[in-house]
Amino acid sequence: MKKKKIRFSSIYLVTVLLITYLPIVMVVLFSFNDSKLPVAWKGFTLKWYETLFRDAALMEALKNSIVLGFLSCMFAAVIGTLGAIGMARVNYRSKGMMEYLSTIPIMVPEIILGMVFLAFFSLLGLPFGMLTLVLAHTAFCIPYVFMMVKARLVGIDRSLEEAARDLGATPAMAFRDITLPLIMPAVASGCLLAFAMSFDDVVISIFVNGPRTSTLPIKVYTQLKTGVTPEINALCTMILGAVVLIMLIYAFFQTWKKHQIS
Amino acid sequence: MEEKRPVVLELKNITKSFGETEVLKGVSLTVREGEFVTLLGASGCGKTTTLRIIAGLEYPDSGEVLLEGKNMENMAPEKRSVNTIFQNYALFPHMNVYQNIAYGLKLKKVPKAEIRNRVEKVLSLVQLDGFEKRKPAEMSGGQRQRVAIARALINNPKVLLLDEPLGALDLQLRRQMQHELKRLQKKLGITFIYITHDQEEAINMSDLIVVMNQGKFEQMGTPSEIYDHPMTSYVAAFVGSANILKGFAQKSGEEILILKNQDGTLPCMRNGYPIREGQEMTIAVRSENINVWREPKTDHWIRGVIREKSFAGGMLRILVQLSDGTEVVISRQGINFHYEIGEHVCLEWNPEHGVLVDMEGQR
Amino acid sequence: MKKQNLWGFCVLPLYLFTLLFVLGPMVYMVAVSFAANNSSGYGFEWLFTMDNYKKMTEPVYLKCFAQSFRLAFSTTALAALIGYPFGYFMAKLSEKRKKLMMFLIMVPFWTSSLIRLYGWIIILQVKGVLNGFLKAVGLIDKPLKMLYTYPAVLVGMVYALLPFMILSVYSSVEKMDWSLTEAARDLGATPVQAFFTITFKMTLPGLLTGVILTFVPSMGLFFIADILGGNKIVLVGSLIQDQLTRGSNWPFAAALAVILTIMTSLMIFLYRKITHAKNLEGMF
Repeated sequence: MKKKKIRFSSIYLVTVLLITYLPIVMVVLFSFNDSKLPVAWKGFTLKWYETLFRDAALMEALKNSIVLGFLSCMFAAVIGTLGAIGMARVNYRSKGMMEYLSTIPIMVPEIILGMVFLAFFSLLGLPFGMLTLVLAHTAFCIPYVFMMVKARLVGIDRSLEEAARDLGATPAMAFRDITLPLIMPAVASGCLLAFAMSFDDVVISIFVNGPRTSTLPIKVYTQLKTGVTPEINALCTMILGAVVLIMLIYAFFQTWKKHQIS
Repeated sequence: MEEKRPVVLELKNITKSFGETEVLKGVSLTVREGEFVTLLGASGCGKTTTLRIIAGLEYPDSGEVLLEGKNMENMAPEKRSVNTIFQNYALFPHMNVYQNIAYGLKLKKVPKAEIRNRVEKVLSLVQLDGFEKRKPAEMSGGQRQRVAIARALINNPKVLLLDEPLGALDLQLRRQMQHELKRLQKKLGITFIYITHDQEEAINMSDLIVVMNQGKFEQMGTPSEIYDHPMTSYVAAFVGSANILKGFAQKSGEEILILKNQDGTLPCMRNGYPIREGQEMTIAVRSENINVWREPKTDHWIRGVIREKSFAGGMLRILVQLSDGTEVVISRQGINFHYEIGEHVCLEWNPEHGVLVDMEGQR
Repeated sequence: MKKQNLWGFCVLPLYLFTLLFVLGPMVYMVAVSFAANNSSGYGFEWLFTMDNYKKMTEPVYLKCFAQSFRLAFSTTALAALIGYPFGYFMAKLSEKRKKLMMFLIMVPFWTSSLIRLYGWIIILQVKGVLNGFLKAVGLIDKPLKMLYTYPAVLVGMVYALLPFMILSVYSSVEKMDWSLTEAARDLGATPVQAFFTITFKMTLPGLLTGVILTFVPSMGLFFIADILGGNKIVLVGSLIQDQLTRGSNWPFAAALAVILTIMTSLMIFLYRKITHAKNLEGMF
């Protein structure tokens, strides 16, 4: 009887996973299909990859997305990490409120964030483009870094820094040698998560991107609404490859982190 | 000759409060070079705070810390030539054993070759040769303990502070480490200030024991002074768990004093105290020094009822209750004891085993 | 003697950024929601009016809210139904398989949601893979219209949000002390009773986290309904976007957003009340 139960759970897990991967497999498969329409297999080709690299607008959007993800996740890393450290060490009354406020961007539906940014940036008269994109993305990247680092800081014994002081380190040195290396994995995973969210974001970007700047998700979105070219399949396949790569790096960080905690 | 050794650390009337709680109520201490000093007390008595003030991890509200005669006021921990072994060892989890131990020297910018040399030496001192590349997570509690000791010792501290370093180890390992710490301390001649709540540990290792209670130093002395001549009922009860009995002075001889209470008479040593007849006094009598009889065998005894018998660690523990509810613990070697629970018995002891306590300001 | 804590300055950037770019915009949104739309074109006038909120009671908009809620509820319910057993079974795997499973879950989770959506289009379209398959097996003669229907949108939503549900349930079941269920069995509970009285109750916070993490975003994910549902399903999200871009009625869009924010905040508030959790469990 016990054996049967185990078998059912395995079947269930595998089935759900297969359905999860089915659409992704489709996209990858049709990126090699020698046909404009994703309906029937017409033979293997790499021509979509070729045209992809010649599509300047798409490449520009890809570049924008990478720059945007990189910048906002860097800003978020600095602001979020510093904030988590400060909040862990100092007590004041506004702390709980501030913590709540700073996590709002991932607690409300994206569309709200998009709309308030659109309204607020036009109020400030900011030119819509990379600047507004970076500001908006930084806002929703901060909570990821902040919460990851905060959770990690809770797990670090305060006596470690005291031990460093005791052995002759100034407060700054103790921070550099002990706390910083210990929170680095959390900063890194927060950043990766933030980058992935930024790189995938359509809803917020669509409100604040302005007329001339386009990101990859926006490009894909417009194509999905008007008509998809197989180049998108090729691009998606390549991004998927990149994501798997990032995931492997992330997994590496995770094991590294585990190594250090216990 | 002992007295000639120079003073290395002095605490002068230190006070410290956290919010409303007064943790230290004015403690003073003089430690000489090479001494093994133990701060003994129950948790929350302020011993860890005392240690942290010496290390510079807390600042006192008032009072002075003098290290080799220098006032340590406002001196950051990194500038003090004391090192600490933390209760949980506080080994840096992201560094291996070598990096952990070398950390202090690296900060002092000691040349690499010398660091290597000294790490090797100190590792063999704590019997961890070849463990350089291990991470703390890959070591046992006892090994981590040794790394923590090595990490502190390599800096040649004037004073080594140890905050219940053996607390996390099991009994057998604890006994073994007690000997080892004592051996290291003798060999290196470094002053140790050791914190524990375990009186056995304190008695085994220390040159000087300081018994702490509620932010105060109750008594300071050698292990035998503390054990045989407790000054207060707290010390008597905490070190070697003596029975605390009360009575009124009845008859005072040159040396022996007899107290009287509702259950009988209690003999003790007068110890030169001036005695008023009828004065209420407290004595401490150790459990192993009390005899139990059905009928009194000497002139002085008290009566009680046996309530409990239990056997632990090769000792039989007998609980006798007096008429006012006071419980007296008696311990016997071996398991033979021919009295039953509920039986009325007489308790007697040699006058020299009755120690007057809580006599502060009476002399 | 007390040293002033310099670490306090670390929070400054976070404070400034949050006040300026989170609290500021939110407050502005609330203000705009009470302004009057300028019917002659873009912009609005600063008159205090409740008109935007009154307008929401019009049947068209009420229907839109109802539709959004219906979709969000169905999405959440389906995600819970599929995700809870998944997270539960996953937590019972061996350490090694757990890690592999985690990796397999995370890859699509981190893959562009648009890419995965496109995959569904390929599958569901009239001449698509699923229709081809069904026809080949002989289950249907004529291709079914699957894309641009309500079920298609539901599939897309559940698909996009399922990983959140799985991960929060998983982390909650992972922490489960199994000796409790054993104790329940020992005291005479059947496996089913033990599950519902002990395991389910203990893992409820995780399930509720999953509910929040699927429900809240599903109120705003207008693009899934847009792409998989054609123009047939109008959600609050799409309505807000529409009012902002085509309708250029900012005050009304702001009022819609305020109501949506209040509703989702209420959900999170309730969640916190029920579970006494400070953060959403499992995600961090």
